Amino acid sequence: MEMKRTNIFVLFLLYGILIIGAVWMLLPLAWMTSAAFKPMSEIIQVPPTWIPKHFTLDNIKEVFKQVPFARYFLNSIVTTGVIVLSVLLTSTMAGYGFAKFNFKGKRILFLLILSSLMIPFQVRMIPLYQIAQHLKIVDTYLGVVFPWLFDAMGVFLMNQFMLTIPNELIEAARIDGASEGRIFFTIVIPQLKPAISALAIFTFSWSWEEFLWPLIVTNSDRVRTLPVGLQYFSEQYGINIHWQMAGAFVAILPVLIVFFIMQKQFVEGITLTGLKG
Amino acid sequence: MIKAGKKLSQERRLALIGFLFVLPAVILFIVLVFIPLLQAFYMSLFDWSTIREVKKFIGLKNYIDMFHDPKFIKSVKVTITWTIIVVPSIIFFSLLLALILNLKSLRFKGLFRTIYFIPVVTNMVAAAFVWRWLFEPTNGVINYFLSLLHLPQPGWLADPKWALPAMMIVGVWKQIGFAMVIFLAGLQTIPRDMFEAAYLDGASGVTMLRKITLPLLNPTIVFTSVMLVINAFRVFTIPYVMSAGGFTYGEPGGPLDSTRVFVIHIYDYGFRQFELGYASANAFFLLLVIMVATIIQFKTLERPFEY
Repeated sequence: MEMKRTNIFVLFLLYGILIIGAVWMLLPLAWMTSAAFKPMSEIIQVPPTWIPKHFTLDNIKEVFKQVPFARYFLNSIVTTGVIVLSVLLTSTMAGYGFAKFNFKGKRILFLLILSSLMIPFQVRMIPLYQIAQHLKIVDTYLGVVFPWLFDAMGVFLMNQFMLTIPNELIEAARIDGASEGRIFFTIVIPQLKPAISALAIFTFSWSWEEFLWPLIVTNSDRVRTLPVGLQYFSEQYGINIHWQMAGAFVAILPVLIVFFIMQKQFVEGITLTGLKG
Repeated sequence: MIKAGKKLSQERRLALIGFLFVLPAVILFIVLVFIPLLQAFYMSLFDWSTIREVKKFIGLKNYIDMFHDPKFIKSVKVTITWTIIVVPSIIFFSLLLALILNLKSLRFKGLFRTIYFIPVVTNMVAAAFVWRWLFEPTNGVINYFLSLLHLPQPGWLADPKWALPAMMIVGVWKQIGFAMVIFLAGLQTIPRDMFEAAYLDGASGVTMLRKITLPLLNPTIVFTSVMLVINAFRVFTIPYVMSAGGFTYGEPGGPLDSTRVFVIHIYDYGFRQFELGYASANAFFLLLVIMVATIIQFKTLERPFEY
């Protein structure tokens, strides 16, 4: 009896912790969603209303009218898409080359590439900006993507996964006369589908979030990505909280929906490593 | 004889193919990492400004000046404060949550796991907007809650004393779910029968936690901590967005440099004051810190390397 009572008390305590934590996690999203659908006068009201009394879609409509949101979205999709494709291609190729072939200088090259994991982007950004200036690619898509076309972490991870593929599989195909390109694309790549999709999600999530570099290298709405566009918008329309909340809502929603659909893959992909910040 | 020759040429052919496979990554590494790194070091030896239009070799003077620069000292202090508060807080909360969510008898675990992971996939700039407004001194929800509890209501982002704590709350919010998922994965690797044996021996829950769970989870905790330390030293988006723009139109790193984290410091010198040489020297200081942290991380983890 005594045992049971303490158990119920402990259970209450544990659920209490979980619920308080959950409120903290959801507070900004709940408030944002509420504010996105109510007029300014209601937003600044104290005490706050959680369910809008004067529900309106005007904020969302205004945001699309005042700000080239669709353009920011497109820019983010294009630049992120290019980065993901390039990282996948260079990482799987290099991972395969390092894991399944022997050539002079392989070890030193691999260690060199691996060592770039230690080099924070902030050390390279000034020279990279100069490169962008020389090539006249400041404020272009190419300017936004070029520092990220290759990722040492991707090479490292793909190498680890490639090592698990049996050599016999590759050699058998070679004896059958398959070309090296064919072996890579039709035999090796299909073996690593889960690992590659994890790398894709991992790359997508950090490049979608990348803020510092696009902030530096873009200066027109033609190329501004979503995070930078949002910030620019907030610097222009700082006082219009109702638009900002609608903008934040529109920016957060699509990724959140994808997350709910592909939760398992997302968690796996993002926790693959946290070395990207 | 002929056979051996054939074998050799096949070996050379494969070596060449292997090299061709790694070539794109190697070229990109040289162009995007290696050369910029050398260039950054080269620049750090110069008094190099595109505004003052100077480019003069001064050796290590930038590195010496750095340690007498109040802004450098301030930004190091801010970053260290951020690190020693945010990292342990994340570890504490995420470990607590992971331990709770690892209990067999609890319900709705999947739901809570999803909720805690939501901040990780929420766009940080958009979320920072919302937090900025939640922390608004007169109309914000947080001060409204505090008033309900009859607690003092600080000026948060407008107050140099409270701006950094407000941002640290957001920094913890963003990363708890991430660390929690890593800990949950770590907890799954601990064999259940260890607990059963301990239970039969009459060990209490607390004893099991202290004698089994935490020691076995220790490598994961150390690894995650170092990762979070590296992230803390590179934090930029949260303090930038929460200090600049919005209702107050503040300076990045403001008010009064109270949230000038190290990357804002580098950004400020490099891209607002265009002191390229000096900014590069500061960036090398960051490189040194992160290198040491990464080496510690790999040492503790001892990932099996192939080469």
